[in-house]
Amino acid sequence: MRDRVSQVPGYPDEKQFQGFIRRRRRRGAMWRTLFLIATSVGIVVLSALLLNILDDSFGYVAVKNEIEPAALLATYAPKRLPMERGGADYQILRELSRDVQVQILRDHLSQGLIRRLESEQPLDQRSQEELGDLIIERVVEPHFLASWSLFDSVFHRARIKAEVAEMDGASLRFYSWLNPKFVVSPQSSHPEFAGIRTAILGSLWVVAITILFSLPVGVAAAIYLEEYGQKGRLNDLIETNINNLAGVPSIIYGLLGLAIFVRALQPLTGGSLFGIGDATTNNGRTIISAGLTLGLLILPIIIINAREAIRAVPQGIRQASYGLGATRWQTVWHHVLPNAMPGILTGSILAISRAFGETAPLVVIGASAFIIRDPDGPFSKFTTMTIQIYQWTARPQAEFRHLAAAGIIVLLALLLGLNATAIWLRNRYQRSY
Amino acid sequence: MQSDLSQPIQAMNVPVAQHQEVIDLRRRRRAGESLIHGFLFLSGVLSVFTTVGIVLVLLSQALAFFRRPEVSLFDFLTKTTWQPAIGEFGIFPLVNATLLTSFIAVIVALPLGLMIAIYLSEYASAPARRIIKPVLEMLAGVPTVVYGFFALTFVTAILRALLGSDRVEIFNVGSAGLVIGILILPLVASMSEDALHAVPGALREAAFGLGATRLETTLRIVLPAALSGISAAFIVAISRAVGETMIVAIAAGAGPRNFKSWADAVTGFKFLNPFTAAETMTGHMVRISGGDLSYDSIDYDSIFAIGLTLFVMTLALNIASRWAVRRFREEY
Amino acid sequence: MPDILTLPRPSAPSISANGERYAITAENLNVYYGAFQAVRDINLKIERQKITALIGPSGCGKSTVLRSFNRMNDLIPVARTEGRVMFHGKNIYDADVDPVEVRRRVGMVFQKPNPFPKSIYENVAWGARINGYRGDLDALVEQSLRQAALWDEVKDKLHQSGYSLSGGQQQRLCIARAIAVQPEIILMDEPASALDPIATLRIEELMRELRKEYTIIVVTHNMQQAARVSDYTAFFTVDEHRTGYLAEYGPTTELFTNPRQKITEDYITGRFG
Repeated sequence: MRDRVSQVPGYPDEKQFQGFIRRRRRRGAMWRTLFLIATSVGIVVLSALLLNILDDSFGYVAVKNEIEPAALLATYAPKRLPMERGGADYQILRELSRDVQVQILRDHLSQGLIRRLESEQPLDQRSQEELGDLIIERVVEPHFLASWSLFDSVFHRARIKAEVAEMDGASLRFYSWLNPKFVVSPQSSHPEFAGIRTAILGSLWVVAITILFSLPVGVAAAIYLEEYGQKGRLNDLIETNINNLAGVPSIIYGLLGLAIFVRALQPLTGGSLFGIGDATTNNGRTIISAGLTLGLLILPIIIINAREAIRAVPQGIRQASYGLGATRWQTVWHHVLPNAMPGILTGSILAISRAFGETAPLVVIGASAFIIRDPDGPFSKFTTMTIQIYQWTARPQAEFRHLAAAGIIVLLALLLGLNATAIWLRNRYQRSY
Repeated sequence: MQSDLSQPIQAMNVPVAQHQEVIDLRRRRRAGESLIHGFLFLSGVLSVFTTVGIVLVLLSQALAFFRRPEVSLFDFLTKTTWQPAIGEFGIFPLVNATLLTSFIAVIVALPLGLMIAIYLSEYASAPARRIIKPVLEMLAGVPTVVYGFFALTFVTAILRALLGSDRVEIFNVGSAGLVIGILILPLVASMSEDALHAVPGALREAAFGLGATRLETTLRIVLPAALSGISAAFIVAISRAVGETMIVAIAAGAGPRNFKSWADAVTGFKFLNPFTAAETMTGHMVRISGGDLSYDSIDYDSIFAIGLTLFVMTLALNIASRWAVRRFREEY
Repeated sequence: MPDILTLPRPSAPSISANGERYAITAENLNVYYGAFQAVRDINLKIERQKITALIGPSGCGKSTVLRSFNRMNDLIPVARTEGRVMFHGKNIYDADVDPVEVRRRVGMVFQKPNPFPKSIYENVAWGARINGYRGDLDALVEQSLRQAALWDEVKDKLHQSGYSLSGGQQQRLCIARAIAVQPEIILMDEPASALDPIATLRIEELMRELRKEYTIIVVTHNMQQAARVSDYTAFFTVDEHRTGYLAEYGPTTELFTNPRQKITEDYITGRFG
């Protein structure tokens, strides 16, 4: 039985063909392995990105207290001597009776400081928790002399212990840089007490402005392009233009925001036109400038996504509506928009998570490097989570690197939540026509 | 007769005419509709105003920059030093650093991303693809400041451990470039996978039916058919790399890598050294504007001139991307 | 090749001792898609250099059987094949058989014309090239296009895209592409279903022409087509589990004029299907 291929001149004969096909097979297997390796490398590298953040968020710190909590307790509450070392002795300070706590503060702090604290909020009106924190911050005054990553803490424990033993008065504690206090504390120049609350609020304010501006305008633009605009040069121009805008680097939007919102519209965005704000914010470097800049930045993304969602609404629904004598807007409002809404929202949430993650344009329009006070309106100075992470990363001390890592986890958790919402929305409202 | 005839007709006509309502089919103005139409139209053209705004702002401020006595367009384009403090404004060191980081990123991300796309689209099982694809899309949404942190705290540390800390500076172009590559990797992989996946299965079947192996089908039928989408993915990724800011601001360097002359730049390929620090266009803009920039300073004007250069570069890439999509589009 | 199987009909023509009479045979073939059994217990012997038509109502598994002759079902991840398909005395589902080898010898033409997004010339030359053809490529392309009765229409535009052709021409291009790798058997999966009547007629003429050199197995849902072009016809139908099985197989004239099974008669007289 000879097969046809080997009879045809030009084709390799049966024996040659066997070798030939083996070579092809080998080449196929080789490339397949290569593709698999590439995918694995990608997965490994991207996991390294996440592991690196976890690695920096937890680990040993060498703490030195100005006054040991144990010493305080021995004097003021001898019955409550701590049974063990570690976090527990700090916690006991928060659980002491308020009289004792106030007493400790009055004994250890200067008159001037006490007066300042009283003027902020009288000491007897503060809660146990707040007074305890005040004692830890002002009396115990812990300092981190050194800090280690999670990896070092697990694998080089002996070496770390030896190092800490040499440090005068230092004790070793396992510390989670990501902790409830970190999330609710304002910015501080002491890494021991620094938190990300100001930045979280700043991000929320900025993105709220962004949404208020870009969601209605973006959806309106999409409706115009899909339902109203006639096919023609203007439509083509707008369409090309939107696609181009989506590819403009975000820092360019920062320049636009700086020149327009911060500088040209200063009286408006600085709040002086409305008689709000003060000298520090009247320069226009405010939440509203940041929000509008990011709004322009994500506008193309919202328009592109909203157009797709509107286009997916079947033509039959529109025809049915027009057939009943509805006007164009009635058709859009009662039929097209409700059907397109899940798609529009999904796309918009993704755009909004982009706004949460932006840093560069905010640096350019002048995010504040260091603010402790919570933002209280669109005309406040602003910082955001990304700005805060950037500034902590740029500091040379290892402690701030750990803070940056903890901040990144908070930011990623927020973005993950947004993404999950988007996916949930998509699945929940996916329609079959 | 006539009157007889006309009578009944009139008698019939009159009541009919009375019953017939007068309907007005003329186009009528609806104030609400017009108002809404106006708002929608304004929203639509706002994007055009944004572009016009960007171009106007960049051009006018750049013009103000070049009007200054200490600046000349010729020096801007030909000098090899960027030192605002002594009035040297040659864009080359900044552009050079941008191109260098982008080049390193592209060398890493394009082949790797394409291979991942091929694996996912042509080799991986459906469940594997269902898991990996959304993960890729999610990673593409991780803020760039996170990648910057990764570059400085991890990749730089690894590079210094591997190649020696005397050779690799703390801030270096290589680490920033590698991490930009990692940043655009999910983008390249995901967009290329979309393009490969869109190639109809009938073409694969035809190739297999002729006795092609999976590799031959993939590389010689599917890949060429997806070339349009893949080239678009590549160009979008390059554009992202060129415009990337936070990674370079954090990890690449806090000052331009200046050269005494062109000869100095070329000696020992100094301008290509990936292990020393250099500031890119975007990195410089971020550092300069980080302080409280005064509006009439030369620094303020200079960042717009740099911004204009960057805008032109990315615009060219965007246009190239659309051209590539048309040029390589294959109908099937 | 010892013949251990008999056809499912009592009056099957006696089989010569010479195994060469059959190009390919299915023996107790079962194909599953996941838990669903698509076809069961197929025993089918395909005569050499004849046209065999596979007919039956939609969903009866005729395409599944066709695709099991060159292991195209392998490309569906959930598909599983049991039984044997004997080709040159070898079961093509044996572990040591390379599906790539099989498909080179058992070519395929698909329901919808699917030329590669390449030039007409490249469409024909591609298969030959990957299979290591070292002869005169131009001659092979011309010969294949002539065999597919397309040469006169495309000889002046060989370097235009395959998609510049009409649907019928595209399908003939796909046939030329299959011929160029010189298979023994050509499988055709409803090759004319997407074409107009005139283009269909040309494909049918072409099939009769190709029968001189190739064994052709064609799936069709068009009974007139089966009656017009085929030498043998296999009629498939489904049982109560929607699993397909071979109901009747024989020379086309016999099956259409004098069906042995009631169900076959019902089908060809249009009472169901």
